[in-house]
Amino acid sequence: MNAQEISVMALWAATSLYAIGMVAYAVHLARAVESRGAVAAPVSVSAGAAPAPHEVEATPTPANAGASRKALGIARATTVVGLVVHTIGVVSRGIEAGHVPWSSMYEYTISGSLVAVAVFLIVQRWRDVTYLGAGVTGLATVSLGLGLSVLYAEATGLQPALQSFWLVIHVSIAVIATGVLAVGFLVSSLQLARAGRDAGPSTSRSRVRRAMRAAILGRGWRFVDVAPTPVQLEALAFRLHAVGFVLWTFTVMAGAIWAEHAWGRYWGWDPKEVWSFVIWVIYAAYLHARTTQGWAGARSAVLAIIGFAAVIMNFTVVNLVFQGLHSYADG
Amino acid sequence: MADRQRPPRATYDNYAIAAGPRLGVRGWLRWMWRQVTSMRVALILLLLLALAAIPGSVLPQWPQDPSATRAYLEQYPTVGPLLDSWGFLDVFGSAWFTAIYLLLFASLVGCIVPRTVAHARALRAPISATPRSLERYVDRTEVEVDDATQALERVRAWVRPQPRWWGAITGYRVRLDERTVKGQRQWALAADKGHVREIGNLIFHVALVGILVSMAFGSLLTHRGQALIIEGRSFTNAVAAYDSFESGGLFSPDSLLPFTLRVNSFESQFDAAGRASFFRANVTLTEPGLTPRTDMIEVNRPLQVDGGKIYLQGNGYAPNLTVTDSAGNVAHDGPVPFLPQDEAYTSEGVVKVPDVTTGEQFGLEGTLLPSAVIDGDDAYSIHPDPTNPVIFFRVYMGDLGLDTGVPQNAYQLDKAQLSPVQDEQGEPQWLAMRPGDTVDLPDGLGTVTWESMPRFVALDLRADPTLPWLLGFAIASLLGLSMSLFGSQRRLWVIAPVTDGPTVVEAAAYGPAHDTTLDDRLRAMVAAATEQEHT
Repeated sequence: MNAQEISVMALWAATSLYAIGMVAYAVHLARAVESRGAVAAPVSVSAGAAPAPHEVEATPTPANAGASRKALGIARATTVVGLVVHTIGVVSRGIEAGHVPWSSMYEYTISGSLVAVAVFLIVQRWRDVTYLGAGVTGLATVSLGLGLSVLYAEATGLQPALQSFWLVIHVSIAVIATGVLAVGFLVSSLQLARAGRDAGPSTSRSRVRRAMRAAILGRGWRFVDVAPTPVQLEALAFRLHAVGFVLWTFTVMAGAIWAEHAWGRYWGWDPKEVWSFVIWVIYAAYLHARTTQGWAGARSAVLAIIGFAAVIMNFTVVNLVFQGLHSYADG
Repeated sequence: MADRQRPPRATYDNYAIAAGPRLGVRGWLRWMWRQVTSMRVALILLLLLALAAIPGSVLPQWPQDPSATRAYLEQYPTVGPLLDSWGFLDVFGSAWFTAIYLLLFASLVGCIVPRTVAHARALRAPISATPRSLERYVDRTEVEVDDATQALERVRAWVRPQPRWWGAITGYRVRLDERTVKGQRQWALAADKGHVREIGNLIFHVALVGILVSMAFGSLLTHRGQALIIEGRSFTNAVAAYDSFESGGLFSPDSLLPFTLRVNSFESQFDAAGRASFFRANVTLTEPGLTPRTDMIEVNRPLQVDGGKIYLQGNGYAPNLTVTDSAGNVAHDGPVPFLPQDEAYTSEGVVKVPDVTTGEQFGLEGTLLPSAVIDGDDAYSIHPDPTNPVIFFRVYMGDLGLDTGVPQNAYQLDKAQLSPVQDEQGEPQWLAMRPGDTVDLPDGLGTVTWESMPRFVALDLRADPTLPWLLGFAIASLLGLSMSLFGSQRRLWVIAPVTDGPTVVEAAAYGPAHDTTLDDRLRAMVAAATEQEHT
């Protein structure tokens, strides 16, 4: 068995494990919702935030609590094993290619999703973010599956423009930033959903808003009640986005230094540069909005979500449709 | 704690109340300035900036890709010129994009100047006193100590290990009051760490202004030129020697250092699929007054010279062609650069033959296939390496248009007054040749001989004296940003009764909602007060 076979097999295995993990996390969430008092409470963000009204309603049923615990055990085990296998897959891809495994879209996808899962497990170490598990493993399953089935490209040598240690620095930090911002996006989405549920039926004049609020109040979204309060989620989202923003700033600067070195100009409004700039500005707006009256809370969370949409745009449409100097990314 | 009720937003209309005082010109100006510098407007400008940049990635742009832009204008004759006149085909040079970022920077300056002044004052002013009661703080504790004065002294040493002014930057700023609350004498110690964030915030925004100013100066002082050099030939650094040369308004052409660069050889490597894996130009650089030195230029390894860098931007083949005219005189002799059009180095080149002994001028338009595969009427190149090089020529006769005085593209024929030479069927006639061949041109125009096939390199010299400044400001902005986002913003308080001997002191901590280590800091401070090792 060669490195290429090991890599592809390990990555498919990781995809399946994450898929199982996602289902188990979802089951856990559903069960936890049913027995809120017992399982949902231990969210150890700074003490003293008023307990959410949902957390003290129902009395736990022992059967549910047991099933929930079992599901959580399966979810955690598959995610950790998935991360190990995923790491093996990414590393052997690097060995197969003979360079860092983030020089093409396929490689970027497998490395970026690895970072997202790792960030989730790291955050999990100092604070209970089980409620994010389904989202993170789901995201990893989809991106790995798409990567392997759609984006897969044979490992090739690096073209001259990429033969630089800046590939290690610039792209690795971009991958990490993407992973961190992905988790931040999940937290902000959850924050919006939770705030919507807490607010109850909408009295807005807009029919769209009323419909959206009614949808989020439906039974399918009950799992959101397991998540912490919007204020606590906002605090977590801010920390993640702050890290992501600093990493993105570094990515853009390192990219500019590399561009100056390889192409002779530090900034040339290449489509990739345009979108990196757009992403940077949107997240900058998010950071300002957090502290601006009338924008704090839900509106700034919307900005964070738009920011991540731009990240995805930068990775997909800009790579595949727009012609630019970064077009080797699809190779 | 954090779910504070915000006061309802109120809107004021200066003219809604007839009897209300009028603002006047100065009042309106002040109002406008306050609007521009308000956070809400900054936010809107940021979002506008992001939105305004997007067309620059969707539509072809003049500075980035002039040929694509021209093609776009031809393809959309109605919408294209409209978009062009509104600046959508040069978004980043357009008036509206410039207006947005200049307004944003005006807002930024209007924000940071007063904030810097206020912060400089705040840094010298004492921090605010300990609240009268710590009851309302969530992170609050009481602890027994042997001696209140010593406990406070230990806390002071713990919150600010460095006594001098930089201690206020690395640690907490401290204030100790002796006061009477509800008839009780007490000492109240307050420690504050919020200023690191604000300093970082100010550094970040000042550095952003620095980046913009550096870029502005850079565009005035920069110069760049492109030159195409064939293996074995030399280039002397002067404006006239470049194929194209651009410079900023403050650049003086006399300041160019007249160095000579000789391209000794060019090496390339492609894998079996034709993907490039390696390019290198071996050069000899002769700077005035210095001994010549050999060096090399690679894609990620520019050559430093005269305050600038020389980049390897492209390469291709320059077949050495000799053309004789109908009288048998040599009308052209030398390598002709063929510009690669695709990954397999299918290249286009022209030979202009204006100086013929008799008859009309003529030009050759050729397509070079380095690894030609001829498949019936179709021919294409399968690999960039010259395993089976073939050139297909078409011959044009007439007036090359070189005498009009208008500068011409050296790599294209101006076909306005040229007509293709046709065969008996009236089809344009093609000539195919390989290295070493001599072929006769149709209609007895002369002959073409393909002697050899040297390589050429496209070199790009760029200099921008503001680069070190830019790098410095970029690093400063990153540092400032990290300080402002990760610097902690905490207040710690200790209240102790004025008494000798064992007593109970009260301690509390306060920080923003995202600060998860607040209780930990409180425990550490209490441990310091009681002289315990904090783990």
